[in-house]
Amino acid sequence: MTAVRSTSEPDKRSLKRWRSKEKRSDSKVAWAFSTPALVLLGAFIILPFLLAFYLSFTNQRLISPLPTRFVGLDNYTETLTSGSFWKGFFNNVWFVVIVVPVQTAFALWLAILVNRRIPGRVFFRTVFFMPVVTVMAAAAVIWTLLFNANGLVNAVMETVTFGAFSPDWLNSTTWALPAMMIVGIWQGVGFQMVILLAALQDVPEVLYEAAAIDGASRWDQFVNVTLPGIRNGLIFVITVTTILAFRLFDQVWIMPRVPGGPLDSTRTMMLELVETGFGAQAIGKGAAIAVIFFVIVLALTLIQRRFIREEGEVT
Amino acid sequence: MTAEPIALDEVKLVSMEKQQRRNLIIQYILMVLLAAFFLFPLVFMFIAALKEDSSVLSDSDGIGAFIPTPWVGLDNFTSAADRASLWRVFFNSVIISSFIVGLGLIVNSLFGYALARLRFRGRRFLVAMIVALIIIPFEALAVPLLYITAELGWLDTYHVQILPFVANPLFIYLFYTFFLNVPVSLEEAARVDGAGPVRTFMSVVAPLARPAYATMAILGFLFSWGQFLWPVMVTRGVGVRPLPLGIGVFKTTPPVQWGDIMAYAALMTLPLLIIFLIFQRYFIQGVASSGVKG
Repeated sequence: MTAVRSTSEPDKRSLKRWRSKEKRSDSKVAWAFSTPALVLLGAFIILPFLLAFYLSFTNQRLISPLPTRFVGLDNYTETLTSGSFWKGFFNNVWFVVIVVPVQTAFALWLAILVNRRIPGRVFFRTVFFMPVVTVMAAAAVIWTLLFNANGLVNAVMETVTFGAFSPDWLNSTTWALPAMMIVGIWQGVGFQMVILLAALQDVPEVLYEAAAIDGASRWDQFVNVTLPGIRNGLIFVITVTTILAFRLFDQVWIMPRVPGGPLDSTRTMMLELVETGFGAQAIGKGAAIAVIFFVIVLALTLIQRRFIREEGEVT
Repeated sequence: MTAEPIALDEVKLVSMEKQQRRNLIIQYILMVLLAAFFLFPLVFMFIAALKEDSSVLSDSDGIGAFIPTPWVGLDNFTSAADRASLWRVFFNSVIISSFIVGLGLIVNSLFGYALARLRFRGRRFLVAMIVALIIIPFEALAVPLLYITAELGWLDTYHVQILPFVANPLFIYLFYTFFLNVPVSLEEAARVDGAGPVRTFMSVVAPLARPAYATMAILGFLFSWGQFLWPVMVTRGVGVRPLPLGIGVFKTTPPVQWGDIMAYAALMTLPLLIIFLIFQRYFIQGVASSGVKG
């Protein structure tokens, strides 16, 4: 190619030809670069995604000699009239109602603490983040021992409340789910802290200076500068935490004596999904639960997008 | 020296300084308490892993939980290795995570680069598709994917735990946005020098993208090492099972030996913890960058 360019004058036509050749080779390379990912995405995301909808209208089982047949909306009506599905769903909702505000506020507080330029802040940031890199299965067994009736948590509780409050956490239908909320917050709050920390650092210093000159108190600055400044980060954290709460599975599988126990008090939608689709091998019904779960996640994501776009329009 | 206003100012300044110092001390006390809250379960685990089984439970109601006596050294680790095939499942986890991350780095970065730089038909559609795919959580795919992989006879293999996680829309998007922000001039220079797109990518683009690769490697390792739900569905024996599932063995086969369990949990936690402590800055940056996509 260099030879061509050096001998002949690069008139318009040859340049054009050169360009189109470049373009053609570009697209050949592009497809070569894209194919591995596209094949994998197609096989392991798009195909199962479409299949979920299809299977949810059939009586498909995992291993079965019987032919598959369409059952219409049976899987959905069965799921939506089943007590254990709603038990799981409301446990998830209860988890969201408590964990999302508590964890978001806690994460924001941690982020503000480590955002100040003081010695040792990197050390504390690292420590606060350490549970995030702890595998949930490991965290769940450690906390199982800590939540033991005569465990460390109750030792602290008895000291603080003078013996008035020391439930048998994991064997109590009232306290098993709150125990898992505590584990969830302990393990996850560092993740949200880091995202909010990044958001905090994007708030221009000038705004605080201006507010201080105007005589705004610390609290005023927090409400009028910090919160609007990290709005998108907050919305992201709230959405992600809500979606994660609906994916709750590892703890409820490991911590109680029976998954979801005692007496279904820690049953979740994901446990229902695994027990139906895998445990009972009812693929069709499991797919229906998966579709319902996806609709919930999609709705949450759309709500998040709406809020974030609004803010973009204002500024 | 006798001018009063200066003295007044000084008093004010001193009291402000005092106030500031007091605030700082309060903040440090708070942070130490918070650090204790986040650390104590981990410290408890490591201590328990080194002491006698029977005293793990009996000591767990007080300060004794943090004193490693009676000390048994690595006995719990060897015992856990016997009972739960600790080394076998550890090896399985290493294989599975390495392949997910290793293959993922190649596949996702190539696609991200093609989307960001190369001109081809359907590019815009593919970018929109990737953004849409990020929303789909794996759990929504697990049941139909179980059906597909069972039909293919893939259950109880390594690849059933690897292949579904290699191409990842979130990582593709991370690479895509990273490459969009790299100045084109360097690549153009390479092209003018006669390098084709493949050479350009290998020798110019990939080295530049080291931060993006580091981010994906860290996040990919973090996500894959702790996988639980999918292995529960597609693996049965210890042959190919990853670490987190092995913990179930202790629950189903009595007696419950808490020392062994904690040794097992410690070994599951250590690799990520060590890598995190070495690369903590990149971890924090990686997580923060996964949040900016909103």
